[in-house]
Amino acid sequence: MKPRTQWQAVCTVDDLVPDSGIAVWTEDGPVAIFYLPYHLPALFAISHTDPFSGSNVLARGITGYLKGQPVVASPLYKEHFNLRTGVCLEDENVKVKTYPVLLDGDLIRLEVPVASATKTPNAAVQAA
Amino acid sequence: MSKKTLIVVGNGMVGHHFLEQFTASPAAADYQILVFGEEPLVAYDRVHLSEYFAQATHADLALGTLEWYAEQGIDLHLDEQVTSIDRDSRKVITPKGSYRYDQLVLATGSYPFVPPIPGNDQEHCLVYRTLADLDQIRASANGGKTGVVVGGGLLGLEAANALKSLGVQAHVVEFAPRLMPVQLDADGGALLRSKIESLGVQVHTEKATTEIVAGEEARLRMNFSDGSHLETDLIVFSAGIRPQDTLARNCGLTIGERGGIVVNDQCATSDGAVYAIGECALWDNKIFGLVAPGYTMARTLSAVLNGDSSAAFAGADMSTKLKLLGVDVGSIGDAHGQTPGCRNIRFNDEASGIYRRLVISEDGKAVLGAILVGDNGPYDTLLQYALNGITLPDSPEVLILPESQGGAPALGPDALPDTASICSCHNVTKGDICCAIDAGATDLGAVKSATKASTGCGGCTALLKNVVDCELEKRGMEVSKDLCEHFPYTRQELFHLIKVNGIRTFRSLLRQHGVGHGGCDICKPAVASILASCWNEHILATDHVPLQDTNDTFMANMQKNGTYSIVPRVPGGEITPDKLIVLGEVAKKYDLYTKITGGQRIDLFGATLSELPLIWEELIAAGFETGHAYGKSLRTVKSCVGSTWCRYGVQDSVGMAIFLENRYKGLRSPHKLKMGVSGCTRECAEAQSKDIGVIATDKGWNLYVCGNGGMRPRHADLFATDLSDEELISAIDRVLMFYVRTADRLQRTSVWLENLEGGLDYLKQVVLEDSLGMGAELEQHMADIVGTYQCEWKTAVEDPEKRKRFREFVNAPEQKDPVQQWTQERDQRRPLLETETA
Ligand code: SRM
Ligand SMILES: Cc1cc2nc3c(=O)[nH]c(=O)nc-3n(C[C@H](O)[C@H](O)[C@H](O)COP(=O)(O)OP(=O)(O)OC[C@H]3O[C@@H](n4cnc5c(N)ncnc54)[C@H](O)[C@@H]3O)c2cc1C
Ligand code: SF4
Ligand code: FES
Repeated sequence: MKPRTQWQAVCTVDDLVPDSGIAVWTEDGPVAIFYLPYHLPALFAISHTDPFSGSNVLARGITGYLKGQPVVASPLYKEHFNLRTGVCLEDENVKVKTYPVLLDGDLIRLEVPVASATKTPNAAVQAA
Repeated sequence: MSKKTLIVVGNGMVGHHFLEQFTASPAAADYQILVFGEEPLVAYDRVHLSEYFAQATHADLALGTLEWYAEQGIDLHLDEQVTSIDRDSRKVITPKGSYRYDQLVLATGSYPFVPPIPGNDQEHCLVYRTLADLDQIRASANGGKTGVVVGGGLLGLEAANALKSLGVQAHVVEFAPRLMPVQLDADGGALLRSKIESLGVQVHTEKATTEIVAGEEARLRMNFSDGSHLETDLIVFSAGIRPQDTLARNCGLTIGERGGIVVNDQCATSDGAVYAIGECALWDNKIFGLVAPGYTMARTLSAVLNGDSSAAFAGADMSTKLKLLGVDVGSIGDAHGQTPGCRNIRFNDEASGIYRRLVISEDGKAVLGAILVGDNGPYDTLLQYALNGITLPDSPEVLILPESQGGAPALGPDALPDTASICSCHNVTKGDICCAIDAGATDLGAVKSATKASTGCGGCTALLKNVVDCELEKRGMEVSKDLCEHFPYTRQELFHLIKVNGIRTFRSLLRQHGVGHGGCDICKPAVASILASCWNEHILATDHVPLQDTNDTFMANMQKNGTYSIVPRVPGGEITPDKLIVLGEVAKKYDLYTKITGGQRIDLFGATLSELPLIWEELIAAGFETGHAYGKSLRTVKSCVGSTWCRYGVQDSVGMAIFLENRYKGLRSPHKLKMGVSGCTRECAEAQSKDIGVIATDKGWNLYVCGNGGMRPRHADLFATDLSDEELISAIDRVLMFYVRTADRLQRTSVWLENLEGGLDYLKQVVLEDSLGMGAELEQHMADIVGTYQCEWKTAVEDPEKRKRFREFVNAPEQKDPVQQWTQERDQRRPLLETETA
């Protein structure tokens, strides 16, 4: 059952920092968006919450490539997360949420679930 | 104290080398230096003079630049000949004025000897010593068909080669029965002659010229005592050199019987205020016509002027190795076998044109001398046997036999002792080379620039390469020190690449020397730190932002809940009541948990990302600067109260601590740095547990280095005692910069020292004795860093672009981070623990 989603505009390209991350607030909570200008695709979005500390810090980690995979290192205890899959390189059982992200003109849009409070009746219809 | 005046007469090779050594030494600060050079150009490499004919320019040969002289504060008077010296009033006189000196150095070199032959002063009768001489030779050769060199010695043959390269038919006229009579014996001379003649240079030996007159077919005619004659368009006299001692002679200094300014082991002349070095100086009745002994004199004199009572010139080896007109010629030690009882072994292969003579001691154990013509292959090995007294193998002849005839392979660099002199021009031993390699010089070029080896006559190039290759190979066996999968280099190597190639961004380093296109959280901060150590640009400059650890990115320390702590700098732990009040007010306004740190300053905890610039705006307005608590850089300089208040204090430890903290704040280093300054031996500042510890004595300061608290405490080592303020700073500058350049990533000074080959003694040599000759460079590098300091926070709050980075959620300024929850404890706010939130 796929929840109903929307492409939420979260920021503009001017807000991005090349080779690094920024955090945005979405209907689904805090999300980290990374912009890797030398990579295809160049945009990644994962949960901003570090699963090991519970703190919202992942956007402030250092990005890089390990074994050819784009990753971010948590700024607190330095675990690496695959930006594509969200899987933790140090512990494959740990995974952060990933979000589809796209560039729409100057806008960055994230595909996030429509929060329950704002869910329209149609949601149930669609899910069915 | 007003400065003394040091005057150097002569801006040649040795004079320049002296200035290089002296300006990098502590005593330089006490002197105003004046230099007079009769030539119009700044000192150049006379040894490679002939390259001027092969397209080299003065700039290629120059040993220094006018800028360098200006930077050193040297008052350089070129094209100004000193015409006399008045020793009573201590003045040198030139056509432009007279100048007082406290100390005078004569480095006037030598001049070519022109035999007193009637007619030797006509047009097209020239000498071979200066660039101006070469211009004249070139002009004269232009339009001439033949040229004669008078003198078949080392320089004469070089001049003949030059004439040949200018397209004239070259002749060599030698008074002695053979070529290079000083260095070669009859057989060697004969072989050299046949080789040179086969190259088209005509050699005339045992010829005494009686007069030079106008020629019939050419410009000039030389008449010889045996009745024969030779016609030529130009003549180059190269019949030996004479020390340029005219000035010294005229002012009454003691001169040797056959010329030369008499000097003692300290290079002092008969007047204690006047020194002489280089080819004008006569030591132990010897003039040294080579550059290496002159350089040694220059170093000796620099040490003497620095008050080093052990400095003494002790003679020099005169062995030579050359390629003359493409023919190898080598002469080592007692080449003529004049030592009583010595034995000679000769190898003469006319077919292949190789002559070798080995002179060994009576007991057959040591090499005394050697002559090589045709192939200098065994030269390096033989020289090392001779210089280091290495015991000969049972059948010494193998040393000069070609390998195909059972000859021994060259003495491997491994067999050389650490004391073996590799480069005599710059007095570099094998040990020095190993040290340079261990200090991060990982290729020939780096070793050359670190040690200067092989940048003089170049004779040692091959040997140097062997030693370097061998030592690198030895070290190559070690475990990979690659930084990470993106850079197959150690931190030191990367430092070198960045510094030498002037690389300023991570991207260009990665493109030129890295693997892949992304980097990682290991190499990015490491490179960011190196870039900062080298160029000191703002850490949040666009190119550097993504490289920084989160603490550097936000210039604050991230806490477990994602908030930050703020530590303003409190240099030396001294703080005014007003500033204390500001800290209190700011903490209160933003509800920050406040704590005195172990580093004598105040930490404010619990600021959110977006509060950081607001808080810093207020702190900066009150005069605070960033404390770099987040950086791999100087943290605090802990002080005790010192002589101002304490009844035992012998120096102003607070003043020194503040000075040190302000000097080194902002220096990015492989790991954090901590310092301490105590006002007396009771050591209340715990300086001996710091990277740099300073303890006052009644004469100055004792310096301790490489201490550590933390996980594995280490007592600092006593490094130097009773230093003046200036000496202390210069030593700390050098220790820190050497650490910055050579340590591994995240290696504290304690671990660095423990891994440094040669340990504390080696570090002392590098820093206190300047064994790598890089002291001045290290200090200059530090001066650059100090000079480009900026408070990173100040720059950041003033720059709207940089401030954009401090938004918790870029699209929701009002949004609070829901996981940051608080409670009160002991009247302050603190984060709720996980157990409390659940
Ligand atoms: C605040 C402070 C504790 C305090 O409340 O007193 C402190 C706090 C931290 N120390 Fe420390 N250290 C503090 C003084 C010390 C001292 C004592 C000193 O400096 O006199 C030491 C031992 C001395 C030494 O370093 O040799 C010390 C040895 C360490 C170490 C172990 C270093 C080592 O070489 O073993 C670490 C870990 C590291 O750097 O890798 C560390 C790391 C840390 C970090 C940065 C841990 C982290 O990454 O979050 C803490 C950050 C606190 C913050 O957010 O500001 N801290 N730390 C002290 C700040 C001093 C200051 O004003 O800057
Ligand atoms: C062609 C050539 C090849 C050589 N090859 C080698 C070699 O292969 N290996 C080797 O070891 N050596 C070699 N030498 C020798 C080497 O160049 C000298 O040993 C070295 O230059 C000596 O340095 P110096 O400073 O004593 O004298 P110089 O370099 O001659 O410098 C003396 C300077 O003092 C200036 N001067 C003199 N009197 C006055 C005055 N009254 N006022 C102001 N200035 C004055 C002169 O103009 C000159 O510029 C070579 C020399 C020549 C010419
Ligand atoms: S000792 Fe440990 S807990 Fe205490 S401040 Fe230092 S790093 Fe943090
Ligand atoms: S021996 Fe002259 S450069 Fe090394």
